[in-house]
Amino acid sequence: MVGRIVKRVYLYLIFLFLYAPIVMLVVYSFNESRSMGRWGGFTLRWYAELFRDTEVLRALYNTLAIAVLSAVIATVIGTAAAIGIHEMKRIKKAIVMNLTYLPVINPDIVTGVSLMLLFVFTKPFTGMGLGFFTMLFAHITFNIPYVILSVLPKLKQLDKHVYEAALDLGATPFYALRKVVIPQIMPGILTGFLLAFTLSIDDFVISFFTTGSGVSNIAIYVYSMARRGVNPKINALSTIMFVTVLILLLIVNKRMSKDNSKVKESVR
Amino acid sequence: MKKAWYAYPYLVWMAIFIVVPLFLLLFYTFTATTEEGIRFTLQHIKRVWEPIYLMVLLRSILLALICTVVCLLIGYPVALILASKEYSQKRVLALLFVIPMWINFLVRTYAWMSLLGKNGLIDMVMNFLHLPPVQLLYTDHAVVLGMVYNFLPFMVLPIYSVLTKMDKSIIEAAEDLGADYITVLKRIIIPLSLPGVISGITMVFMPAVTTFIISRLLGGGQYILIGNLIEQQFIVVGDWNFGSAISFVLTVIILISMGIMRKYDREYEGGAIW
Repeated sequence: MVGRIVKRVYLYLIFLFLYAPIVMLVVYSFNESRSMGRWGGFTLRWYAELFRDTEVLRALYNTLAIAVLSAVIATVIGTAAAIGIHEMKRIKKAIVMNLTYLPVINPDIVTGVSLMLLFVFTKPFTGMGLGFFTMLFAHITFNIPYVILSVLPKLKQLDKHVYEAALDLGATPFYALRKVVIPQIMPGILTGFLLAFTLSIDDFVISFFTTGSGVSNIAIYVYSMARRGVNPKINALSTIMFVTVLILLLIVNKRMSKDNSKVKESVR
Repeated sequence: MKKAWYAYPYLVWMAIFIVVPLFLLLFYTFTATTEEGIRFTLQHIKRVWEPIYLMVLLRSILLALICTVVCLLIGYPVALILASKEYSQKRVLALLFVIPMWINFLVRTYAWMSLLGKNGLIDMVMNFLHLPPVQLLYTDHAVVLGMVYNFLPFMVLPIYSVLTKMDKSIIEAAEDLGADYITVLKRIIIPLSLPGVISGITMVFMPAVTTFIISRLLGGGQYILIGNLIEQQFIVVGDWNFGSAISFVLTVIILISMGIMRKYDREYEGGAIW
């Protein structure tokens, strides 16, 4: 009995530790007073200021544009790659999969600086300085592995006889791929897309090293403001980021658990 | 069907954006540009071992280790409690543990900045209780606190997932044979959960040793960990050779620690067969 109370109290304390800072942040984004320690009444002032700040709006535009573009491109390359990898022989597959895991396990900061080296090193040849496009390429790069890792399991579940049947009935390989394979792995592709989109929105470290000449995304903006100290506008911006990512990931999670329960049903 | 070529665009992409950059990193680490041209050198790697930089390296490792130990001590009981809950409750509680992981790293760290700072909540509470104000922000403690806060879920979740998959009948058998809870914990639960502990340690230690955001925001501008040193060399100083050399050393440290962890993991699995 005592043990159960102790356990419960312990768990509550841990949840308090995890959530108190976030709750405070959200609450104080509506605080009229500039100081975090005093409650000066409810206000939407900081949100209003945020949306009047052209720098924030530009950062928001960059964040969304890069998230959409990088997610779309990564999904296309990644899905094609997954189909290809699925067909590969064992050893080749193992090599490619290890390459795929490399950016996933490599520390972000190393990925970031090595990409920065690439972009600066190739600038004389490509004429492309650090900025929007380098950040976009970096995001595509770290997104592709996640798309592959979401699509591959779907390909493994696929009944390959259906594809062969389509070929026997006279479909060209590409037609069969489009009409038979793609619709069946669609849930995996969508999950990969959403994951890529979310990771792109959420990324700071790699963006930080691969951008330049005044191009920033929301995370970089928050960092450069937070470095200067506490500011209620960051509270408002953080709250918006928190809510957005929460909604996105709830969708991803729901999709994944739905997929999993479908798999379980089919196994039964 | 011959569809392996579908992967070629991806392979080309990864060659350009993953493999070439890593080689560039190696190139900058081991070369120096002089008037006679580019030559091979170990001077940048040697410079990392100068006392001033070595201290930064050791401090980063030490803080990451402290953070890992604290996460393990706090997190293991949490995983144990979560795993012992009824099924429906378990899922909700586990989800509650995952949600903070979804919040942007910067936001999570920033939240502590405003709690610990001057006129922050903790300062106000101390004031209210007529206690002397303490400097919390911009100390070692703040940095470790920020790390633990950010990485605790990475420790809890792998242990939790191993614990939930554990065969409960073994525990029941031990209890039937007269073992008390402490014995069961020591002889069965902890040894069987070791793979989870190992991946938890890896998942906490890696990001903790490479972070530069937590140390920058909670440790202040003068606070230097290995991540900050890399950032400084690339962004402020512009010494890419030295920056690359530190990144290289950092990668080696991580590879070594992953290798050690894997070894333990394998030893454990080897033991499980018998």
